[in-house]
Amino acid sequence: MTISGQFYELVEDVCKNLYIKALKDLPPDVRAALQTAYEQETNKTAKQIMSVIMENINVADKKSRLICQDTGTPIYFVKIGSEICLNVPRLEQAIISGTKKATTEHPFRSSIVSSIQRKNNQDSTGYRVPIIHFEFMQNSKDLEILMVPKGSGSENMSFLKMLIPADGLNGVKKYILESIVEIGANPCPPFIVGIGMGGTSDLCVTLAKKAATTRPIGSKNPDPEIARIEEELLKSINLMGIGPMGLGGSTTALAVHIEEAATHITQNAVAINIQCWAARRARAKIDSNQNVEYGY
Amino acid sequence: MTEYRLQTPLSEEDVRKLKIGDEVTLDGIIFGIRDANLIRMFDKNVPPPVDLNGSACIHTAPSVRKVEGGYEKISVGTTTSMRMDRFTPGLMGQYGVRAIIGKAGMKEPSMEAMKKFGGVYLAIVGGAAAWETDKIESIEGAFWEDLMPEAIWKFRVKGLGPLIVAMDSYGNNLYLDVKKKAIESLPKILEKLGIS
Repeated sequence: MTISGQFYELVEDVCKNLYIKALKDLPPDVRAALQTAYEQETNKTAKQIMSVIMENINVADKKSRLICQDTGTPIYFVKIGSEICLNVPRLEQAIISGTKKATTEHPFRSSIVSSIQRKNNQDSTGYRVPIIHFEFMQNSKDLEILMVPKGSGSENMSFLKMLIPADGLNGVKKYILESIVEIGANPCPPFIVGIGMGGTSDLCVTLAKKAATTRPIGSKNPDPEIARIEEELLKSINLMGIGPMGLGGSTTALAVHIEEAATHITQNAVAINIQCWAARRARAKIDSNQNVEYGY
Repeated sequence: MTEYRLQTPLSEEDVRKLKIGDEVTLDGIIFGIRDANLIRMFDKNVPPPVDLNGSACIHTAPSVRKVEGGYEKISVGTTTSMRMDRFTPGLMGQYGVRAIIGKAGMKEPSMEAMKKFGGVYLAIVGGAAAWETDKIESIEGAFWEDLMPEAIWKFRVKGLGPLIVAMDSYGNNLYLDVKKKAIESLPKILEKLGIS
């Protein structure tokens, strides 16, 4: 089907709404995981910190406030159905406009600056930002948009290591665990650990980002062997005692998510991307009749 | 563990009595500082346009709305302190800052400054901006507005806390204690996974 000009205005509105919704309304899976962490902590400081986190989520709900002051780097994961005839450059422009509108009309802090001059356009955009990933769905008439405002306390704790095949899976696990000890308090624990394995250096890092930011807590990698490694690493990380905000306690990570890709015979890449406890994301599905359904 | 309710400005005596693990709740004025304004202060040697003597400074850049005669709060939260570690000696030695409020802690340069001049690091819950914004009564000023959002902010707070004393004026650092234990736990964790 062909799409009218109105559709792009709708996308712009949806992207504006998604950015604001993501900043205010934490997904139910994240809330549940934090509640469990609060209940399980016995260390007094850790319990105190978790109670502030729970109170923060309530205040954000009641007063329609931002969960965290870091409005993040705006990232959109867009899936386009095969049966919808879209003008993708126009779609891209609609996403960028929605991002600007959210920032200036709400308003909230623009966290984006140019890389060398450090100039802030005050609208959360800049050269190549927002970051937009396009994917495609077969036999679908829908457009799906997942918005992630990626906080930088956690983003600054990102790693890539081009291990070699002889390092094996054990080398990968060791690198991950050593990195977590190193980053400690910085990415606002309890956090989600996103792991990319395989691919090339760029794909590996992208997979780590997807693992950290797009998957609900409680989801497992469909490959049972990888799901087992996710669980094993989660248990291991939670034995380190880093705890909420790195001041000690039993919950350091809420989840470990792994995403992988085939790789070159000479490579054994691993990437780590951390998502803080304020694991914000918001999703919308727009169907061919321009009905919008919001979710997480 | 002792709980304190303190009014800013803080004296050396106020902060010297604090030990790691204590909890502090603050009332009065606090200043918002971070990367860009600290770079101007110390790398470009421009003195701050506010009196920081005895102050508590929070690592932040808030979301605000410009209104008649100033700014209205939208979201005030705390950023990662480690990036600002090297500025603490100047803040405390040159300008008399007594407390840094931040998240994730700092290292040797700040620990040394806190020991030498009498200062503390008060840990706030990172990411809990909705909660923190509730404790901000008003924005009383913004200085160096050209650095927006990284201006120097003057906030009036009521009941900001409990904040956890994570670094005290005796060289103790709760983050480093926790990290040391995590490092020590690693060989056993790896052994369990069959990794040498």
